[in-house]
Amino acid sequence: MPTATAPTPTSPEELLLGFARAARAAGLPVTADRETALLEAVALVGIDDGAGTYWAGRATLCSAPDHLERYDRVFAAWFHAAARPRTAGPPTPAPVPMASLADGETLDTDTGTDDPRGMHAVASRADILRHRDVATLTASEKADLATMFGSLPQPRPLRRSARRTPWRRGEIDAHRTLRRHLELWGEPAGLEWRRRDSAPRRVVLLVDVSGSMAPYADALLRLAHRWSVRGRGRRDVHVFTMGTRLTDVTRALDRPDPEQALAAAGDVVPDWSGGTRLGETLKAFLDQWGRRGLARGAVVVVFSDGWERGGAELLAEQMARLRAVAHRVVWVNPHKGKPGYLPVQQGIVAVLPYCDDLLAGHSYATFEALAEVVDRA
Amino acid sequence: MEPSSGEVAWSPTSVAEVAEALGRTGYLTDDALATVAFLALRLGRPLLLEGEPGTGKTTLAEALAEALDVPLVRMQCYEGIDASQALYDWDFPRQILHLRALETVARAAGGDDQAADPTDVEKSLYDERFLLARPVLRSLRESPVVLLVDEIDRADDEFEAFLLEVLSTYQVSIPELGTIRAATPPVVVLTSNRTRELHDALKRRCLYHWIDHPGLERELAIVRSRAPEVPAALAAQVVRMTQELRTRGDLLKPPGVAETLDWARALDALGSVDLDVETAAATLGAAIKYHDDAERVRASLARILGG
Repeated sequence: MPTATAPTPTSPEELLLGFARAARAAGLPVTADRETALLEAVALVGIDDGAGTYWAGRATLCSAPDHLERYDRVFAAWFHAAARPRTAGPPTPAPVPMASLADGETLDTDTGTDDPRGMHAVASRADILRHRDVATLTASEKADLATMFGSLPQPRPLRRSARRTPWRRGEIDAHRTLRRHLELWGEPAGLEWRRRDSAPRRVVLLVDVSGSMAPYADALLRLAHRWSVRGRGRRDVHVFTMGTRLTDVTRALDRPDPEQALAAAGDVVPDWSGGTRLGETLKAFLDQWGRRGLARGAVVVVFSDGWERGGAELLAEQMARLRAVAHRVVWVNPHKGKPGYLPVQQGIVAVLPYCDDLLAGHSYATFEALAEVVDRA
Repeated sequence: MEPSSGEVAWSPTSVAEVAEALGRTGYLTDDALATVAFLALRLGRPLLLEGEPGTGKTTLAEALAEALDVPLVRMQCYEGIDASQALYDWDFPRQILHLRALETVARAAGGDDQAADPTDVEKSLYDERFLLARPVLRSLRESPVVLLVDEIDRADDEFEAFLLEVLSTYQVSIPELGTIRAATPPVVVLTSNRTRELHDALKRRCLYHWIDHPGLERELAIVRSRAPEVPAALAAQVVRMTQELRTRGDLLKPPGVAETLDWARALDALGSVDLDVETAAATLGAAIKYHDDAERVRASLARILGG
C-alpha cells in the first residue's frame, strides 16, 4: 500500500482538501460534507498511515463501484508524484460533439419561406416530418423534429405493486376497519376494504450508439429523454447506451431541458459511433444491472440494427437470459420500416426468437407507435 | 477491550483493535474493512456496504453486534415497506379492548360520578404499552445496538428519504407520545446488492465500502474459522476450486464465501476427505445455483480438479 507523503510542505488539511478537489475534478461526487468527513476520518487513522488514509478516503469520497478505479488513480497521482504538478485530472473522454440539431441553417430563414402559406403549410410540414426517416433529414428539419419530441406520448406501463390501497371491494382491510372502530370509541362500524395497488412498471432503454446507428442516435436519445423526463406521475425509466461498452446515461439525461440533457449524455458516453459488440455489452448489462433486478419485470426496449461483429451465439444466449428476467422485450430496428426489409442479418435472426415485438424505429410516427406498445406492455 | 454494557457505544482506539475484536467472533476482515468499520464506530456514521451476494455484508453486522456485545436489530427491506413497518404502529385491537374494559368497569361501578375524564382515557389509549415498536424505533430505544438495514435497494425511494431523516438525527417523533431520541446512536449497517442506485443524499451520510470476494488465503482462513469441523485438506481444495470458478467469468452467479462454506460443510457431511470429480459433481448444488452454470462446471470439473 502506498505511503502518503506530502508533495510540498503544506498542512495536512490543505493536502487533503486539495486531494478532495482533485477527486471532484476526476468526477467523484465530492461535496463539502464529504470533505469534512474525509478530514475527520483521516484525522482518526492518522495521515502518516498511508493505507489508512487510502481506505478512509475511499470510504468517504466514493459511493459506487465505478468510483473506485477513479479514486485509485487520483490517490496515486496526488500522494505519490511529489515531483509531478497537479495533473490528477479526469481522463478526458474523447471530445464527442453531439450532432446538434439546431446548428446549420437557422429556423427563421426556413419558416420565413413558409410564411405565405400560413398555418396549413406548417401543419402539413409537421405531418410529413412525422413519416420521414430521421436519418435523411436536413439540419432545419431536424430542428423542427426536435421540438415535436416535446409532444411525443410518454408510455406509462403499470404493474401490480405490493402495496394495498383502499377500495370498495376486495379483501378486508383489518387495520383501517379497526382504526374506524377506534375513532368511534370501539363502536363497530362498517367494514373497510382494500386491494393491490398498481405502480409504474420499470422501462429500460438500451440504445445502440455504434457507427451504423449513428444517424439515429440523436433522435433515439431525444426519445429516451422525453420518456424519462419527470412529468405527471412517477416514472421509472433507465437508459443505457451500447457501443463497444455499456454506459448508464440515466443520470445524465435527468434534466428538464433536452439540449442540456443530450449534451450531458454526450459527455459521459465514451464510444459514440464506434464498433458494436452487442452480445458483450448485453452481457455486461445483465451481469451488472439486469439480473440483479433492474431488468426483472421490466419492459426492455433495445434500439439496434442488430449488426453484430462478434458471434451471434453470444448475442442469442444473452437475449435468452434477458427474456427470462424481463416482462417484455421489444426490439426496435430503424431499418425495419424501410421497403424491402427482411430480418436476415445474423444478429437479428439470432435475437428474433427472444423478442416479444420487433418494431420499426426510423421516424416520429414509428416512435409514437412504439410508445403505444410499451404503454400497453 | 471489553465493551461494558450501558455506556457509550464502544469506541475503539485503533484499526487493529477492531480487526481483532471481529476476528474473535470468527469474522476475518482485511485492512480495508477493518479501517472502515473503525471509522464508522468512531465517527458515528452509518456504514453502507455493497458487494456481490455472499461476500459477508450481513455477517459483518452480526459480527459487529457480537464484538460489541449488544443486540442486533435487523430490518429486512422489501418493496412497499413503509414507516409503519419500520418505525412503529399502534396495537389497535388491544386499544379497543382497553376501551371496552374501561366502559365495562364504568358501567359496573354504576354512578356517573365515576365517569372517567375523557382526556385521561385518551392518554391511557396512547400509552407506551400499546406501541408496537418496529426495528428502527426499537434500535433507538434500546440503543446501544447494531441496526442492520438489509438490502436497502429493495425498498422504494420514499422509504430511503424516511430513513435518511432518522439516520441524520437518530430521533423520531411520534405525535401522540413525543420525540424519542437514542441515548447513544446505534451502530448502523446498510447493505445493498445494487439492484438500483441509491440516492446521493443517503450515500453522503454513509461511509461506503465495496466488499470484494476474499483472496485464497483469507478465504481459507474464513472456512477454517467458520467451519472448523471440515478437514484442512478438504477445505483447501474447496477454496481453491471456488476461487477458480470465480475467475472463469462465464458463470451467471459465481459462488460467494457463503457458498464455499456450504459446499465445504456439505462435503464434510458426506464424509469425504478429498474432493474428487464424483463427489464434486454430486454436491455442486451447494455452490452453484443455476442450471446453466452447473452444466458448464460439470463439463470442466475433471480439468479443474486434474490441473
